[in-house]
Amino acid sequence: MKIPVSLRVNGQAHSLEVHAHHTLLELLRDRLNLTGAKECCAEGECGACTVLLNGRAVNSCLILAVEADGEEVVTIEGLAANGRLDPLQSAFLEKGAVQCGFCIPGMIMAAKYLLATNPHPTVPEIQAGLAGNLCRCGGYSRIVDAVAAAAKAER
Amino acid sequence: MRSFAYASPGTMEELLSLLNEHGPAAKLLAGGTDLMVRLRSGHILPRIVIDLKRVKALRPDIVETGSRGRPCLRVGARTVMTDLIQDERVRRHFPALVEAAGVVGSVQIRNRATLAGNICNASPAADTAPALLVYDAVANITGLNGARCVPLRAFVTGPGRTVLERAEVIESIDLPLPTGPRGAAFGRITRRRGVDLATINLCCLVKPDGETRFAYGAVGPRPFLVQDDSGVLANPNTPPAARDSRLKELIAQATPISDLRGTREYRVAMLLVMSRRTLATAIERL
Repeated sequence: MKIPVSLRVNGQAHSLEVHAHHTLLELLRDRLNLTGAKECCAEGECGACTVLLNGRAVNSCLILAVEADGEEVVTIEGLAANGRLDPLQSAFLEKGAVQCGFCIPGMIMAAKYLLATNPHPTVPEIQAGLAGNLCRCGGYSRIVDAVAAAAKAER
Repeated sequence: MRSFAYASPGTMEELLSLLNEHGPAAKLLAGGTDLMVRLRSGHILPRIVIDLKRVKALRPDIVETGSRGRPCLRVGARTVMTDLIQDERVRRHFPALVEAAGVVGSVQIRNRATLAGNICNASPAADTAPALLVYDAVANITGLNGARCVPLRAFVTGPGRTVLERAEVIESIDLPLPTGPRGAAFGRITRRRGVDLATINLCCLVKPDGETRFAYGAVGPRPFLVQDDSGVLANPNTPPAARDSRLKELIAQATPISDLRGTREYRVAMLLVMSRRTLATAIERL
């Protein structure tokens, strides 16, 4: 069963047909070639697939592609504008917060939502905001530093 | 993931007729944070997934209303944890529910997971269940045969089982507003801080007249509510030995199992410890 879906991804409108059992993550990666969001645990534990859906951080592996019909999605690919990195991306580079890099797109999208809802978070608030994102390299300190730095830069 | 058909009804009538047609071969999708995991694992293999998000009668918000002559907050079936936690009225009158909803999954999960879904899944460890029990929450159910209201303490009948019959859905959950002062607190033990299921969870509510209620989760086939009217527990001057002996009577009906999150013995021991702690916090907040 194929179902027509129209959605906006990173500001661009897309109309396509999807299987009912395909996830939003599959739509992004396999149909739109936006491979920043990653599939890892596929059960909402690791956060590697985090994207913004109507401005809210969600696990795109836990959402059916058809659920995104008529909605607005932002992925890591949508953050840099006119060749300029998002302040979060710059901060992650400056603070050396990226090790293997696999978790980083999800980390940054979760951080993006955190700063949108709480522009000046404390360290415990950053840790709570990123509690749904796992880093197998264990690089949490620098990731938290980077989010704090980005919040400061935006001030 | 195994393939299935998908429907997104716009009205309650269409929803109920789909449910009636497909019966147990249909699964309802609200937030999907539990459903998707079980779909992918093959734990459930529905013929059709019915999305609730476009059913207009199922609201995504919280309204103040009256129910059976008592003012209450009505939480629509599509209300997600994030919106519940942020609602000023819920924060003021149901702080223990806010604490409980605030530890469900992660930020990403709370942005999708609904309160009604948490209850309909009927997990023995559902974090919001103990709070809904002590606050006397009521499920408003709509079905082909009409509407009915079921108190939360009668709603869950066992692991994964509820009183919902074929072609019935929760339309909203009522939280009766307090008629006087009270103090309540939520407690929980997990192996790690984020994104974990509770080893045990509980809620305590104390009223000035001495009425003390506890609700416990993950220590039996379903969350359960117990009550002490002796005033012994609510009185901060009760000697610890007398308090503990009363607490032990209340938790005697817990029947925890041993699993990967903890042994039966550990859970029984922690029930007493956590009961003391949540009781102390609830009394402080009175």
